[in-house]
Amino acid sequence: MNIKSPFLVKRVITASSLLILLLGFAIVLGISMGSTDSGIKDVFQSLLGTKEPESMLYTIIWQIRFPRVLLAALVGAALSLGGLVFQALLRNPLAEPYILGISGGSAIGAIIGILMGFSRFPGVSLTAFTGSIATLLLILAMSSGQTILKKDALLLSGVMVNAFCGAVIMFLVSMTQDSRLHNILFWLMGDLSMVDMKHVGILAATLLPCFFLVFWLSNPMNLLLMGKETAQTLGVNIKAVTFTLLVTTSFMVSATVSYCGLVGFVGLVIPHLLRLVFGPDHRVLVPACVFGGGTYMVFCDLLARTLPEQGEMPAGVITAIIGAPLFIYLLKRSSR
Amino acid sequence: MNSAITAKNLSHSFGEDLVLRNVSFQVPKRDFFIIIGPNGSGKTTLMKIISGLLKPRNGELKILNRPIDQYHRKALARTIAFVPQMTFADFPFTVTEIVLMGRSPYLGMLGLEEENDLEIANQAIAFTGLENLAHRKLDQLSGGEQQRVFIARAICQEPDIILLDEPTASLDLAYQVRIMDLMEKLKTEKGITVVMVSHDVNLAAMYADHLLLLHNGQVMCQGLPDEVITYQNLEAAYGCTLLVDESPLGKSPRVTLVPRKYSIRE
Repeated sequence: MNIKSPFLVKRVITASSLLILLLGFAIVLGISMGSTDSGIKDVFQSLLGTKEPESMLYTIIWQIRFPRVLLAALVGAALSLGGLVFQALLRNPLAEPYILGISGGSAIGAIIGILMGFSRFPGVSLTAFTGSIATLLLILAMSSGQTILKKDALLLSGVMVNAFCGAVIMFLVSMTQDSRLHNILFWLMGDLSMVDMKHVGILAATLLPCFFLVFWLSNPMNLLLMGKETAQTLGVNIKAVTFTLLVTTSFMVSATVSYCGLVGFVGLVIPHLLRLVFGPDHRVLVPACVFGGGTYMVFCDLLARTLPEQGEMPAGVITAIIGAPLFIYLLKRSSR
Repeated sequence: MNSAITAKNLSHSFGEDLVLRNVSFQVPKRDFFIIIGPNGSGKTTLMKIISGLLKPRNGELKILNRPIDQYHRKALARTIAFVPQMTFADFPFTVTEIVLMGRSPYLGMLGLEEENDLEIANQAIAFTGLENLAHRKLDQLSGGEQQRVFIARAICQEPDIILLDEPTASLDLAYQVRIMDLMEKLKTEKGITVVMVSHDVNLAAMYADHLLLLHNGQVMCQGLPDEVITYQNLEAAYGCTLLVDESPLGKSPRVTLVPRKYSIRE
């Protein structure tokens, strides 16, 4: 990096560090709160290792809450980034993996994987990836002729793809007399509870390179917003960039779906919010989405864990309750 | 030879449809070159070929005496800037941010601009008279102002050649003259070769150093404005009755449309 006052770098760093602080706060909060009520003081003692490692709280924090909070952060980051990328590629601020039906497609893949008895990684992740790519191809086929760039067409096809995926999912679930039925349904709504540190590690290892790849392509994403022709005459290799971004995003989405099912609207809420604060430049937005999306998801999961008197609800319920009304609001505003 | 663009026998077809047939022409450096012709004559296709967006089926195209396919993507972007017809923008970039995008072909791996890129962008903004709008968002600007933003971005690319696809279409009278004056200033002050597709034969006649008249994908005529803008040429190309005389400003030819009720010939 050139030291000659890189003004843009400053903007990127300011935005990122702000959101990293927020993410740190969310993670600490997420670790210290839960169904086992314990004083903040005890939690901090456990975190700092001053409490004896055998205690109940220590186990809860390090083996249950910590991986779960990290998973939430990763999932939120990946889904926000997914939304951001689709919005740029389709030049439509309402695009989002869930709304487009790509999450639904990978859920079909994932369920097939689960029913076939594959392990979460790599088996289910791979079938989920296949599902998302298939849906993506379907959407792209429908969009050739560019009608999908118009909001209504995009929305309609998304609704239809989603309805279809939902039906296929219910079909698959109904066809099996599996004891894991409850699990599947719960997972489907975005459940973050079934992970351990090893799985979080695997997910992080697959997602982090994707984050960097997307950041590397953030300037071409800016140019793509100006139209394909403009981007091309500004030196962007449209086909290569679009292909890379689509595959990377589908990969990220299917990875998150195979771990925690359908968590919708995160990719709509977070990019939109961050765009309001930091402007539309993707070089700022990509890192901001990673940290901001992570923060948002940790909070949503915290709500999902703590709101019910007994047990918990899937995090996807919270994100949809927040996200769907916002979507309607945005749609109403943009069609003016 | 000092030519900015040399085209030899360019042909292009979409499927069976032959849209360009053996188009040859030469644009000298520092020229104001305007391509005119009726709808569907192949103007936009020709423009896309020159900008590198389309590959011609046949023929040879040289930019600054070097075949266009020998240019690397970014090198071509540093040589030719393209101002397309109105682009819609649903994302709230500011004027400065959009102009800065013109620096992209010069940026390194991470695509982060530096201070001197900002300086070049500010100069382009000043050159196009957008200083007061620099921090406004694109969607808050009028059509004419938006067009100037895209021209500023093209200037920011520091190209040798600027291509414009009907930059005055849908602008009011004052803005049509402003944009054309701006292009002339670009030519004389910055030495940039300006190539433009235009619907407005009168504006083209007044500003162009050289004109190219396309008809059915073929070059009907090319040369100085008073060689191209003649009653015979225009009537053959556009298929309507026209009156061509000299502009009261002198020098350039003037075209007047003749409604049927005034028709002199039967």
